[in-house]
Amino acid sequence: MSDVQKEASMLLQKRLLSDHFDVLSHATEEGRKVVYTFVPGNLNELVRSFDLLPLLPEINALQSGMRKLSGNYITEAEKHGHSEDVCTYVKCDIGQLLKGNIGPTGKPLPKPDLLLLSYTGCFTFLKWFELLREQYDCPVAMLHVPYQSNGALDEHQRQYVIDQLHSEVIPKLEQVSGKKYDEDRLREMLRLSAIAEDDLVWVLESAKHTPSPIDAYFGGVYYVGPIFSAFRGTQSAVDYYALLRREIEERIAAGLGPVTPDGQLKEERYRLVVEGPPNWTSFRDFWRMFYDEGAVVVASTYTKVGGLYDTGFRHDPAHPLESLADYCLGCYTNLSLPARVDLLERYVREYNADGLLINSVKSCNSFSVGQLLMLREIEKRTGVPGAFIESDLVDPRYFSAANIKNRIESFLQMLDQRRAIA
Amino acid sequence: MRVFAGIDLGSTTTKAVILDEEGHVVGRGITNSRSNYDVACAVVRDEAFVRVRFSMISEGRTPSSALPRDSAAFAAPADEGVRHSDLETHFRLHQYLFNLDRLRASMHAASETSRHRAYVRDLGALLDHITDRMRERAYEHFAPNANRKSDFFRDLAASDYMHLASELADPKAISFETLCAMFDAAILVVENSIDAQSFERHMSAALASSNAPQSLRDVVERVCAIEIEEAGTVGTGYGRQRLPFPKEQIRSEILCHGLGAHAMFPRTRTVLDIGGQDTKAIQVDANGIVTSFQMNDRCAAGCGRYLGYIADEMNLALHELGPLAQQSRNHVKINSTCTVFAGAELRDRLALGQKREDILAGLHRAIILRAMSLLARSGGVEDEFTFTGGVARNAAAVAALRDLVRENYGERTLNISADSIYTGALGAALFARRAESRIAA
Repeated sequence: MSDVQKEASMLLQKRLLSDHFDVLSHATEEGRKVVYTFVPGNLNELVRSFDLLPLLPEINALQSGMRKLSGNYITEAEKHGHSEDVCTYVKCDIGQLLKGNIGPTGKPLPKPDLLLLSYTGCFTFLKWFELLREQYDCPVAMLHVPYQSNGALDEHQRQYVIDQLHSEVIPKLEQVSGKKYDEDRLREMLRLSAIAEDDLVWVLESAKHTPSPIDAYFGGVYYVGPIFSAFRGTQSAVDYYALLRREIEERIAAGLGPVTPDGQLKEERYRLVVEGPPNWTSFRDFWRMFYDEGAVVVASTYTKVGGLYDTGFRHDPAHPLESLADYCLGCYTNLSLPARVDLLERYVREYNADGLLINSVKSCNSFSVGQLLMLREIEKRTGVPGAFIESDLVDPRYFSAANIKNRIESFLQMLDQRRAIA
Repeated sequence: MRVFAGIDLGSTTTKAVILDEEGHVVGRGITNSRSNYDVACAVVRDEAFVRVRFSMISEGRTPSSALPRDSAAFAAPADEGVRHSDLETHFRLHQYLFNLDRLRASMHAASETSRHRAYVRDLGALLDHITDRMRERAYEHFAPNANRKSDFFRDLAASDYMHLASELADPKAISFETLCAMFDAAILVVENSIDAQSFERHMSAALASSNAPQSLRDVVERVCAIEIEEAGTVGTGYGRQRLPFPKEQIRSEILCHGLGAHAMFPRTRTVLDIGGQDTKAIQVDANGIVTSFQMNDRCAAGCGRYLGYIADEMNLALHELGPLAQQSRNHVKINSTCTVFAGAELRDRLALGQKREDILAGLHRAIILRAMSLLARSGGVEDEFTFTGGVARNAAAVAALRDLVRENYGERTLNISADSIYTGALGAALFARRAESRIAA
């Protein structure tokens, strides 16, 4: 890994993450309380406003995947009766717990003082925390976020979420932390969130340049890291995104493309939009299949699972709970199929994409259902061709490199062929 | 003479197709892929270029108009002309004998290991005896109008050798197993060595043994003097990364199958290819350009190997499966999601007394059902529909496909070329030719 090029922002992110895991590893002895919660619809500012520490099991799972630890964890979970078809994030997390709950950086993880189930668009999340509740015997706060079935946010949905924040979430956070809800503190954090969100959107939209200075999927998952995990609403996140933005401004000025693990991308040959999560266990190999061919991802939906900011939403200090409700409702996986199609169509057009690629993850129903239909519909609307590959999140057994490479190469050659004819 | 080569390194066989400047097929070759793609590639090119020479000989000149460019004429040059086909049969005989000598030498080498020290002389004598008799049989295989079951050296030699070994083995002295082990070790050596300068060597032997008339000798001499320039080469198939040429000369087999099918049947809009380890459903436009495709991703059940596995389970040869399945009168439904489970289901049903042909028909339908799902996902079955790959040679699979396509999409023209195994290599060669013409333009 020593040959990987690292920019200042990457190093900063690495430090943020490792500091956070350090703090978590000492949480119990220092008497700090820990809240486990999920990425989509996370209430990070609210949690932190009570001086509680957020811990995100999905982030642990994907980190374990990238560090080649997930395979053993999944086997361990299967030994304890979890089926092969269960979401591999869940099995990775359960396996990690069963193997002593050592975090991805090698340091022990604290037990939860509260399980904050702040999003239910994914039914598996519900089952996941049921399993954790069984293991830890700790309180659960459940925030039910209604599915945006008609593709737009309704006032009554917003009110429904706000009511639950008042009646369920805030009281439980007060109980666990022993502190009163402090709205001014929350407002200040939301103010910081919005600053970081502005910069994040700027970064993601920089891919509208040709050549794109970023890869909005393989690079993008790093860029959303701080804001999707434990840092939204912190000064650290503001600093990170300001630094990242400066780096990308420099790249645009220099006419440079994205930085890959093997260095600067020489030539942008294909601009792709990607739908679906990446594979984490073979992340670099997967990425290499793209950058070796000069394929750059200019927009992706996965980088919207922890919040959809490029349609204009920002956390709003003037309306704290309302904006938290809107945030939860607007996460990508909470959108209806037609709304997802509209978003992808917009990306294909606005980012001037040559193709749409779907990475379908069998064990993730919330993402995968209807993806082929989406592909056909976008092809029909835009005339831009699509392709479909299948892999998994963190189960190394479900990444067939030869097949996937074959599929990607075929797709890119097909794009070439169409250009040659056009 | 300038030619363009397309090479398809498949999981089971490696194929080469050579086109002349006008895009006519002038040579082709096929060999087992083995585990060594470099050798398979070299062997198959060599074979294809031998065919080019023969196709030139059959015309008595450079074959610029040797074959009209349509599917019906995509035939082996060996079928053309009488005199040269005689010569070619002799050529093949000498090629076979040459390999047989190498087999003999390799078996001797294998027999000289310490394991066989006690009886090495007897073993050596027995191997000589067997290969002598194989030599006699070789002349029968390559007699005029002889019907060879296969053109692969491995197949012909293995069949003769096993027959003779079982006849001559003695469980108390040199066992059948020992003899098999000799062959298994040696055949790999033979298959993995390249027969350099084979054309000149075998041709002069063939001219001598076939009593070729002077006129033919003149043609051969003229043809041998023509320099064949390989102006472009494109590789495809699973082993394509192993091909010894640059990345720009490598195309995915999806594009090659699309273009190859288009060349064979220009009205093709949907292509189904069922090969050894993958199934591809491809949609192409009026120019043979791929517009959409689907492949099996996680699991290879429903591919050619599924049938291979079932044939093994039933102790049948692969080519016997289809005809047997076609005798079925009763509909049996078989699981199609896992090859190994299908094997278990097969044994279970046999135990229940169900007929082999009915079970086999169910198995063929199961494969095609998998393909139907891929076809649906790729965009359906448009007219015309071209079926390629090894499984397209299985009549029961074709019948099942015909039925299911009619049920799901209505009447479609179904094209199957007798040469469909060369579809990918043909597409690759067409890409090579196209790349060259673009540079020239």
